[in-house]
Amino acid sequence: MRDQTPVDTYETRYARLQQVVALLETGDLPLDQTLTLYEEGTRLAAECQALLDAAELRVRLLQSGDTMLDLEG
Amino acid sequence: MQALGVAQLNSYLREILESDEIVRNIWVAGEISEFRRYPSGHCYFTLKDEGATIRGVMWRSFADRHTSLPQIGDAVLAHGRISIYEIRGELQLVVDSIVPAGVGLLNARFEELKIRLAAEGLFHPERKRPVPILPRRIGIVTSPQAAALQDMLNVLRRRCPLVEVLISPCVVQGDRAPDSIVEALYAIYPLDVDIIILARGGGSIEDLWCFNDEAVARAIFASPVPLITGVGHETDTTIVDLVADLRAPTPSVAAELAVPDLVELEAQVSDARARLRLAVNDDMAARRAIIQMTTRRIEQAAPLRRVDRNRQRIDDLTRRLSAQASRISELRHTQLRGLSAQLAALSPYATLARGYAVVRHVASGHVLTSSDQVAPGDRLRITLRQGDLLADVVMHIPEEKQDARPDPR
Repeated sequence: MRDQTPVDTYETRYARLQQVVALLETGDLPLDQTLTLYEEGTRLAAECQALLDAAELRVRLLQSGDTMLDLEG
Repeated sequence: MQALGVAQLNSYLREILESDEIVRNIWVAGEISEFRRYPSGHCYFTLKDEGATIRGVMWRSFADRHTSLPQIGDAVLAHGRISIYEIRGELQLVVDSIVPAGVGLLNARFEELKIRLAAEGLFHPERKRPVPILPRRIGIVTSPQAAALQDMLNVLRRRCPLVEVLISPCVVQGDRAPDSIVEALYAIYPLDVDIIILARGGGSIEDLWCFNDEAVARAIFASPVPLITGVGHETDTTIVDLVADLRAPTPSVAAELAVPDLVELEAQVSDARARLRLAVNDDMAARRAIIQMTTRRIEQAAPLRRVDRNRQRIDDLTRRLSAQASRISELRHTQLRGLSAQLAALSPYATLARGYAVVRHVASGHVLTSSDQVAPGDRLRITLRQGDLLADVVMHIPEEKQDARPDPR
């Protein structure tokens, strides 16, 4: 059951976003890299925001015999 | 028929007593009629009621866990097991917990379990794990029919719908509840959840009693991930609350504690976005500054600038040269004037001004310095300070007679 959850998706993007910000804040990068990172960071921030906006609680009920029942979100 | 030795008998009786399901884990109500704590720390006492007495012992390790020990005359509930003191063949109650009888058996059991589990370290603050900041998946162990579950789901939906919820259903009331809760906990442990909430809505002390169950407490202690309890109302504290990593007063609060507010995450994202912009702005400003500085340096080093500088130097040199030249010419003039003056001082004509005259022999052009140089009849040219005279020699006067010459004055 090690599948991706919305939080995984969000955290991956957010972690990369933090990394991009940190890279840009330390400076000393070539201009093209700075611009590429800036674009990536802007895109990541928008994706994070979109994930938060669209989030819907997913609820499952564990049943005997290791099966799960999806309840309404 | 074979006879047993006394020691063998007592040993056999002890084995029987200690393997008996009832007397090896028993609560006994009575009054303390003797109580003595020895220097070793062990306590020896007698418990009695209307018609009987029994000897009791509480070893130091258990006595130490009690905040207060009973006194003679106290009505108490004692928990322990029945054994036999083989040397004397006396029955004794080996006690691990004594509580005042007034608190009732439920409370006495609660206190006894609390003391015992505390001594085992199940409540240690050091083993409380922090709840994750943003759990991916939350396990909820509760009754699926209860209002408490809907309360929790509502909180999660409002605060952080990004998470996934996995419900492990159980019975939370009645005799089957402890087993059911333990089962539900162990059903969810192997699954990929980051945090577990064990919850039940409010109820009477008896309703909540399953949360004071030893097996449930130990099952919670075994949780591989942080576990939050939300049992009953604010005022209810159960054993599971003490074992849990975090205790919430109600199921809804447990749900609140399990997840961050989405607003916080949004703030983090917009903060990251702001930092991103700031970092790039700073970077661009730094680049502009470098370009400006470089431009200045290039201009400094530019060939035209060098020509300009050279031209300036030439101008400067020219100016200095002409200044020097005029100074030199000035000097020359001054020197010349000085020389002229000197020359003028040396000129015979200056002598003439004082009344002397220059006499030349007209025919030869020689300046005469001796009368021998001319003969009578020769023509002489006499130069005075102003104008010349022509004169003819009349007579020759020899030098000897000069001294006799009368002073013309």
